[in-house]
Amino acid sequence: MTNSAIVVSGLRKAYKDKVVLDGIDFEVRAGSVFSMLGPNGAGKTTTVNVLTTLMKADGGTVRVAGHDLATEAKAVRAAIGVTGQFAAVDELLTGQENLQLMVDLSRVRAKDGKQIVGGLLERFELTEAAQKPASTYSGGMRRKLDLAMTLVGNPKIIFLDEPTTGLDPRSRHTMWAIIRDLVADGVTIFLTTQYLEEADQLADQVAVLDGGRLVANGTPDDLKRQIPGTHIRLRFTSAAELDAAARVLPDATREPEALALRVPSDGGTKSLRALLDRLDEYSLSAEECSVHTPDLDDVFLALTGHTTEAAK
Amino acid sequence: MSAKSHSLVMLRRNTKHITRNPTSVFNAVLMPIVIMLMFVYMFGDAFDVGVDYIDYATPGLMLLAICYGLGSTATAVNADMTKGIINRFKVMDVSRGAVLTGHVVASVLTNLVAIAALVGVAFLLGFDPHASAAQWFGVVGVVVLLAFAAGWFTVALGLSAKSPETAGLAAVPLVMLPFFSSAIVPAEKMGPGLRQFAEYQPFTPIIETLRGLINGTPATGDVIPALAWCVVIALIGYLWARSTFTKRA
Repeated sequence: MTNSAIVVSGLRKAYKDKVVLDGIDFEVRAGSVFSMLGPNGAGKTTTVNVLTTLMKADGGTVRVAGHDLATEAKAVRAAIGVTGQFAAVDELLTGQENLQLMVDLSRVRAKDGKQIVGGLLERFELTEAAQKPASTYSGGMRRKLDLAMTLVGNPKIIFLDEPTTGLDPRSRHTMWAIIRDLVADGVTIFLTTQYLEEADQLADQVAVLDGGRLVANGTPDDLKRQIPGTHIRLRFTSAAELDAAARVLPDATREPEALALRVPSDGGTKSLRALLDRLDEYSLSAEECSVHTPDLDDVFLALTGHTTEAAK
Repeated sequence: MSAKSHSLVMLRRNTKHITRNPTSVFNAVLMPIVIMLMFVYMFGDAFDVGVDYIDYATPGLMLLAICYGLGSTATAVNADMTKGIINRFKVMDVSRGAVLTGHVVASVLTNLVAIAALVGVAFLLGFDPHASAAQWFGVVGVVVLLAFAAGWFTVALGLSAKSPETAGLAAVPLVMLPFFSSAIVPAEKMGPGLRQFAEYQPFTPIIETLRGLINGTPATGDVIPALAWCVVIALIGYLWARSTFTKRA
């Protein structure tokens, strides 16, 4: 066994004639956070479903926790925990009963069960709501309960499929803190997300999935080097003005159809003032001025030549 | 952990669900009793069945009681599927069939409770059976077998349906089927077409078997097709449920 928690090579999956995963390869180091980034429909959930034994791959080999997915599915299941895109909690049971259910189904000894349930309720700040049915929980509480249920068996590898989609910013930060704690305990995390910021915050390694292929795979810094940095976008009313501005701003990139210029910048007030001063100096004025920081759209534009919308 | 103890955990979960969902209790237990009161008091005198109507109707209503419980089983199974609970169990090292077995056993138990309540009320209404102890065992056996068969079939329906709403709807034909059998009135009293349907549909021999046992006069001509139908329904249901369970993620 190597130091890799997950090794995927040549993974393929199609639904009827629609190819969802078109031969993807990656490796996840044990104890690290691997984030798979991609828009809706890119194949993220399919990847999770295959890696967690829910679906059979059409081709390729996958080893999870040192076990071959095709022949040792049971051993894989014993080593992993999965929190899916929709909080899979039992709504008619209380938070405590949900956790107890997981204890009853796992290898945990019955006498340790009570302590584990209590500990998890406390850790996820659910003690107060423990006796209420999960149907009364807010979205954030459900995700927390869902993740707590996943942790009952002490899995070595945890799959989180878009754990923060639809959560408010506060719950999202709570979720991030929980994920960081898990990593500190030595757990390997496979995380899918639509948010570049999330991958940037948490991941040691980021892979970008588009149309069933990995279009990038590296550290967040690697990835950011491949995409346009923060820039100021100036939009003009005529082509003549655009040309004139482009002459005085040699670093800028033109977007001729939009009559716009992209000027690299750090986004600070100093560089913004310098830019505006320079425009003033030549008696030029822009119709509109905006500061852009790179987001998932930029990643996609840079890596695939189309935006996330077009990728759907 | 063995498959058996996993199934027990699932069964405990399902019984908690049933007791916390008043609609399912009403449908499974009270509805058959309401229908019994309705037929016996309102329509009973209008049917000439040769014996006391309560004695004629009780075996049929027992079957109806089984079918009424099925709607909530289908909905519950489907909710587990569509809300991701089944996927959660599937990625755990949990015996694969446990969640389905739990549903089937919970469904059978609900049916037994419903039938016990129904028969209790029937006695209050003057039900006068002539079965021996052995024949009562036969009655319980047929009821459990049918409840088990219908349970697996309903689990398959629930797994295949797109949403809990359509799952409930998919079980409606099962609820309606007893009305078009000899449960409420003898098949020979029905109009042409309907009468042939009632004579050849699976529930009629099952009801006639129960009726024969309860009256102390079982007829082999009914018992064999009744058992055969139960086995066929159970087998189809089980295989269908298993393949849907494995395929759907």
